[in-house]
Amino acid sequence: MTSVDTDRTITLTVNGVPREATVPVRRLLSDALRHDLGLTGTHVGCEHGVCGACTVLVDGDPVRSCLLLAVQVDGHEVTTVEGLAREDNRGGQVLHPVQEAFRECHALQCGFCTPGFLTTIAAGLEKRDNAAELTEEEVDDMVGGNLCRCTGYANIKKAVHHANAAMRDGAR
Amino acid sequence: MKPAPFRYADPGTLDDVLTVLSDEGPGAKVLAGGQSLLPLLSMRLAAPTTLVDINRVPGLDSVDVSVEGVTVGALVRHRALLDAAAAARVQPLLARATANVAHPAIRNRGTTVGSIAHADPSGEMTSVLALTDGSVSVASPGGVETIGWRDFFVGPLETSVSGPAVVTSAFFPALPARSGTAFAEVARRKGDYAVCGAGVVVTLDADRRVERVRASYVSVGITPEVHDLTEAVAGSPVDGADWAAAGALARTMVDPDTDIHASADYRRLLVGVLTERTLRDAAAEADARATGE
Repeated sequence: MTSVDTDRTITLTVNGVPREATVPVRRLLSDALRHDLGLTGTHVGCEHGVCGACTVLVDGDPVRSCLLLAVQVDGHEVTTVEGLAREDNRGGQVLHPVQEAFRECHALQCGFCTPGFLTTIAAGLEKRDNAAELTEEEVDDMVGGNLCRCTGYANIKKAVHHANAAMRDGAR
Repeated sequence: MKPAPFRYADPGTLDDVLTVLSDEGPGAKVLAGGQSLLPLLSMRLAAPTTLVDINRVPGLDSVDVSVEGVTVGALVRHRALLDAAAAARVQPLLARATANVAHPAIRNRGTTVGSIAHADPSGEMTSVLALTDGSVSVASPGGVETIGWRDFFVGPLETSVSGPAVVTSAFFPALPARSGTAFAEVARRKGDYAVCGAGVVVTLDADRRVERVRASYVSVGITPEVHDLTEAVAGSPVDGADWAAAGALARTMVDPDTDIHASADYRRLLVGVLTERTLRDAAAEADARATGE
């Protein structure tokens, strides 16, 4: 017999850490991450899938967390912007090459859209052969679903190239 | 901007999905990729009493390719279809149109069959189903039924399927011999809903003359339509056909609407421009395929 519920307890792995939450079934993943799990790095912009600010990785692929119900990621792995940096061997953290490139290229101003760009680009660059030429068309396709109202995108695209080169040269 | 309360079930078999849909009644709605449904819920344009999530149902996530065509299961994401090289060889319109569906993050989650079941006239895959003369398989407690595209699309966001039923797959027939295709869109921003889109199929005869020309449009009209443009260019040699005449004919056949993004006249203009442009590409491809065959 299939259960039909209004609330559910879900278990998922967020940034490598097993988490559990009891949520109303209508809870969006974006809200569950922020309100139930306290991970406010994921930003909520348009809340209907247009702006890309809330993009997270589910099982490694970028998806809109505002277009998923929290109950749908039960048993899955979620990576938010908080999960991009890595532990270094001195007990601190090192930024992901994409985060580093954003800093170096001044690819953000107010920062609201940045978490969505970072997760999208990190997944995009990790899935490609970084030694292959990165075309403008490929960059446009990668970041075309994320809106930024500050930068005019030029430095964001520059950061994508910068990060790809860093990853090619073995930054991670 | 939050969905109204609903009940949720994620059955593990198709039979259980149909049982829950029957039990929950007409307020129940199927959830697959959810990339169109979730915005509707968040904007409260839809408020189903129950969502029946089919993502745990096994066997719905395959792309099956045969010489007859391509069968796409209800849980195949746009991204998987875009990457399906074998499917693109049998019916090149699939990958060409899918590349125009929204952005990578939406394509990672949204399903091709869900997009068709959503029956949005601004969807790419509804238009491709029509242009390829495709059909859908619909499972209900009474069994599985195949419904051709003409009988399936009833109106904007409306299909002929009612009651407890799930669209389990879509079938896109193979591209005929000596044929080529093309697909193009005009959108305000990359990945946005198209202001106008065009998909075309050109078929040549054995003497490299134009035998048949068909076109289908996106964001034009309230349901997908296929227009036969053959009479404008019939019998012309492939490299000397008057594709602009075919574009002009197309403009007389369509009945687009005005909305906030574009006037009906502008859309009609785009139909002409995109038709001419895509037909030229499709004809070149048809010629290359005919020569290579």
